[in-house]
Amino acid sequence: MSVSPQDVEKVALLARLAISESDLPEVTERFGRVLGLVDELNTIDTETVVPMSNPHDMHQRLRPDIVTGQNDRENLMASAPAQEQGYFLVPKVID
Amino acid sequence: MTDNALLSGSVSSLRQQLRDRAVSSEELTRACLERIEACNGALNAVITMCSEQALDSAREADKAIAKGDIASLTGIPLLHKDIFCTNGVRTTCGSRMLEQFVPAYDATVVTKMRGEGAVMLGKCNMDEFAMGSSNETSFFGAVRNPWDLNCVPGGSSGGSAAALAAGMAPLVTGTDTGGSIRQPASLCGVTGLKPTYGRVSRLGIIAFASSLDQAGPMARTAEDCAIALTAMSGIDAGDSTSADIPVPDFHAGLHHDVQGLRIGLPREYFNEDLDPDVRERVMAALSALEQAGATLVDIELPHSHYAIATYYVIAPAEASANLARYDGVRFGYRCEDPVDLEDLYLRSRSEGFGEEVQRRILVGTYALSAGFYDAYFNKAQQVRRVITEDFTRAFESVDVIAGPSAPGVAFQFGAKQQDPVAMYMEDIYTLAVNLAGLPGLSTPAGLINGMPVGLQLIGKPFDEQTILNAAHRLQSDTDWHMARPQLETVAP
Repeated sequence: MSVSPQDVEKVALLARLAISESDLPEVTERFGRVLGLVDELNTIDTETVVPMSNPHDMHQRLRPDIVTGQNDRENLMASAPAQEQGYFLVPKVID
Repeated sequence: MTDNALLSGSVSSLRQQLRDRAVSSEELTRACLERIEACNGALNAVITMCSEQALDSAREADKAIAKGDIASLTGIPLLHKDIFCTNGVRTTCGSRMLEQFVPAYDATVVTKMRGEGAVMLGKCNMDEFAMGSSNETSFFGAVRNPWDLNCVPGGSSGGSAAALAAGMAPLVTGTDTGGSIRQPASLCGVTGLKPTYGRVSRLGIIAFASSLDQAGPMARTAEDCAIALTAMSGIDAGDSTSADIPVPDFHAGLHHDVQGLRIGLPREYFNEDLDPDVRERVMAALSALEQAGATLVDIELPHSHYAIATYYVIAPAEASANLARYDGVRFGYRCEDPVDLEDLYLRSRSEGFGEEVQRRILVGTYALSAGFYDAYFNKAQQVRRVITEDFTRAFESVDVIAGPSAPGVAFQFGAKQQDPVAMYMEDIYTLAVNLAGLPGLSTPAGLINGMPVGLQLIGKPFDEQTILNAAHRLQSDTDWHMARPQLETVAP
């Protein structure tokens, strides 16, 4: 399947990636090459095959709903690029 | 003991020397740190060194040895791939996004290996977010192959493989999502093991593709990989995909007997596309096993050629979901002066991620987006089952499946950078093993024009022991794994 620069721009927005106008042709071309590679999947009949999401078909184990770790807020917040009074700081969202 | 003997020793021999007090962990650790300092300018294999911390741990290990309190890796220096979270030590994943990231906890692999007494020397360079087969996508610059500084070391665990080959440490860790342990092990002439999916906890390993990622060891011998695998493995309450299956003592289970071992040679791996020199080396290694009593059997994995297409839907799709967490808000890179929240997201991500990572996020987002999910993601998961069933059928008649680890030897920098698809072909023999969740190992099989080639051995689920045994026998009968790059030419 071929993709247009507009398709790529739309996907980039979904993925929250900014692609500059000057990079768009090359990004589109290389993106198209990867899609060309995966299009080979259309040549195999899988009508009756159950999709596989875990290689051993294992199911998610559940654990009892009990507290296991202590609140490590200060330590974890130390990695934030900007914070104030223990909260993540972002640009103003609501006027 | 000369530094050279220390720097080329196997874990099992160094372990004995430490126990015999022929060498101290502090001496050994110091020799490794000096080796890193001498060679890293040329190789760029190590991103972060932990010299003081390492020497402290080494002295602790020496005290423990003096008291007779000896675990499986007590006093053995090691380097971790920079994808394993290390409490208080920067963990970059080879990305600008995490250039300043200091985790608040250790990966389970790190905890377990420290618990066995290993001494962490530092963190190894890698392809950004483990996406690459040449180490050229690292934000910290490419790693050079110690066998030829103009060539790539493979990837994504290329820093680990190069460091090991150059004598910086006797043991390194890696992760393998599509070949990232086996392909660099092949290109750098070391032994590398990707365990069965679920064997080793993924807690604290920065996620790429969660249904494919698996951590494993690289070392100078299969015996050393057996020691390290036992140390790393086991169910973990922090990883619900870690397998509730007992971990054998792989080292104790190691033996030389391959009499009657049935080794399958997939027709699809040995077809006319295989480089004749690679074929010759791989077949020579398999003949050595045949002479030792193994039987070579022709088999078929008829859907092998779908592995690349399947992988390049599933891995990017899972990656696009995993990498959504990097938003410039909670941790990681944030752009300068965002005008609003949307601008903050867009610029933090496009400035923080490199080209290959962005490409895979785009492909994955596309494959998961409305209208394409069934055609791409669901379809790929169906083909994944078809590929896995090929292996299940083959393993009804053989114990091990063998083939090349990589299509060729290490290539020159830039050779495959212009075309992402050409780079993806580097993993043509390794990807299917991840899709099927099987264990795979690469062991050296000689040189082509002075550059290493690897033999890949693939095992049944949770049967790492059989491929370790076969590699161990091969390494007992041949000396390909003993070949080393010219170390003196690497040091400045």
